[in-house]
Amino acid sequence: MEQSFEDILGSLSGIRKTAQELREILLANLVMVGEIPAPTFGENDRMEFVLNRFKEASITKNSVDEVGNGIGILEGKENSGNILVVAHADTVFNTKVDHTIQIQPESVTGAGVADNSLGLAVLSTLPTFLEKLDIELNHNLILMGATRSLGRGDLEGLRFFLSNFEQPIKAGVGIEGVELGRLSHTSIGMKRGEITCRVPEEYDWSRFGDASAILTLNEVINHINEIRLPQRPRTSIVMGSIEGGSSFNTTALKAKLQFEIRSESSRMVQDIHQSMEEIVTEVASQSGDTIHLDIFAQREPGGVSFSHPLIRHTRRIMDQLDIAPRPGPSTSELSAFIDQDIPAITLGLTHGDNVHETNESIEIKPIYTGIAQIIGTLLAIDGGYCEED
Amino acid sequence: MEDIVKKIKNWIDDNTYHHSQFWDLKKLVEKKEKNGLTISLCLPTLNEEKTIGKEVIIFKSELVDRYPLLDEIAVIDSGSDDQTREIAANFGADVYLADDILPGLEKKKGKGENLWKAIHQLEGDIIVYVDADISNIHPRFVYGLVAPLIYREEVKYVKAFYDRPLAVSGSVRPSGGGRVTEILIRPLFSLYFPELTGIIQPLSGEYAVRREVLEMINFPIGYGVETSHLIDVYTKYGLDAFAQTDLDQRVHENKPTRALGKMAFGILQTFIKRAKALDIIQDISDFNTILRQTQAKDNVYEQVELEIIEEERPPMIEIEEYREKFNRSMD
Repeated sequence: MEQSFEDILGSLSGIRKTAQELREILLANLVMVGEIPAPTFGENDRMEFVLNRFKEASITKNSVDEVGNGIGILEGKENSGNILVVAHADTVFNTKVDHTIQIQPESVTGAGVADNSLGLAVLSTLPTFLEKLDIELNHNLILMGATRSLGRGDLEGLRFFLSNFEQPIKAGVGIEGVELGRLSHTSIGMKRGEITCRVPEEYDWSRFGDASAILTLNEVINHINEIRLPQRPRTSIVMGSIEGGSSFNTTALKAKLQFEIRSESSRMVQDIHQSMEEIVTEVASQSGDTIHLDIFAQREPGGVSFSHPLIRHTRRIMDQLDIAPRPGPSTSELSAFIDQDIPAITLGLTHGDNVHETNESIEIKPIYTGIAQIIGTLLAIDGGYCEED
Repeated sequence: MEDIVKKIKNWIDDNTYHHSQFWDLKKLVEKKEKNGLTISLCLPTLNEEKTIGKEVIIFKSELVDRYPLLDEIAVIDSGSDDQTREIAANFGADVYLADDILPGLEKKKGKGENLWKAIHQLEGDIIVYVDADISNIHPRFVYGLVAPLIYREEVKYVKAFYDRPLAVSGSVRPSGGGRVTEILIRPLFSLYFPELTGIIQPLSGEYAVRREVLEMINFPIGYGVETSHLIDVYTKYGLDAFAQTDLDQRVHENKPTRALGKMAFGILQTFIKRAKALDIIQDISDFNTILRQTQAKDNVYEQVELEIIEEERPPMIEIEEYREKFNRSMD
């Protein structure tokens, strides 16, 4: 008998309870996956662990693809199509950072636990949750640990999979460690890049005190700040990080700005990019320094509307679990789905602190609710409740 | 001398493992069940709230729920005043206060006391001891140690080590013993028990042992427990009773040099007791149990006196309650 959506809502508290019963298995997976360093382009060891988990769950269709994605397919009862659940495997931490994780009764702390070791641990444990809940979907459930997502990775793993997987995908669900309540359903337009300033190695005595890459970069930043940004469409320039120089008493030969241009309008993103190119050319000609602007990641705006059945039903699931939904745009995996016209959402699992710091931490208790929300959403998609007429 | 070198080499070749040789946990559990063995994990603790939760979770999830290699996980606590016992119980370990086990005996404090009382409290045919302060804990810390006991009946005592004394990039690294090992234990063993020098990390706190061996040996309650085990098992059963497993890296907090001095002092007491009992060193008088260290305060140097008495518990088989509980006799 088909499960009604009301039945799904009614089953959520039981799912949450089962998730809690499997606490040790989930936290053990979190520790083991999270203590394997996985900088972008260096996720191989982490993927091996995930794949072993899929194999242990008797998922016979499992493999690592050409770009290192770890994929397992839980075959559905009927050949109704595919649902893709994805968690990015990379973190912002390099291999030299201490990845040791600490567990306390209420929280877990360690580099990358929130973004996105928890997401990957839940993905690895999902077959166990479903087995324990005796849930067998009609659709094939594709579980994917995605590589090369962050920074210069530019979602390469997911994009590769979506471009090369030959069967249609009905819907996508992205899992992020934080923040519970997140309901991302649109992607904003984005360009991500770096501006690098270099001054010549030979010291120019005629420019005493002036020949510094930091000063040149400062000039560039001042000009960028003068770019007028409209209130609608909402647009921003995120100055993410700067670095430059090497010591107190040596002129900085190199300085770098990392930034993102974000807007609801792709035209606006393009216009700002153009303005930044002009700024770079102008400052370079005035200073005589070498300035290079490199854009290495971009997203097109788009996504499913707030009233789309996928969003509507996910919100009802969240309401049922007393999660306050925070719908909004994101620059996460959604963008790769949007490029392929696949309805998709990104959901968060729990509450966290110090994200992207080495003492990143997450709360344990809300995770069970986060998992119930994800399994409920998968049941809703599987039951056909998330399709537009 | 050549014979000893050959014997040590053969022993290292035959009885030294790497944990990766035992990756197939399904096969290991099948063999354990076929042999009708039960295995208990003992985590001795004193204020280990930072690491105990993770250890219990990893072992319970991987080696109880997923692969039933362990029949019980027990924390034996010396009286922590932090959250150690609460956290361990919260994540599913059986938690005991060392003082509550065999309450009729005089109370003593020390890691060795906890290890000894575990023999009475825990039920397993094999007991595996793992320190509770390891921050990079992994199931290999248990399966790497119990596997040689499961696969080879003649092996009785398996010791962990954490570095591979192999040639790397054309140069040979020294084996990774700690400071006390290299400047105290290894020289002592080289002098009096040369065959034991094949054991790469004699002081490592992780080992798995058969009950019939544990119940027959003394337990110093302090620093000397590992050293006494090696000497006692060696003299009773010979070198072939030992095996050792490379567990790769072990991350824990390093001890300050002064603490190592205390450790060395306790170990020396244990060693000398055995040297006397085995008649290896004759005419040795009773020794002083005061360790004297110096410290500087501004320009004044002062002596710090620490009394370290390396008390020992007798073989568990001599305890009546134990013989009753496990239906054993002294014969």
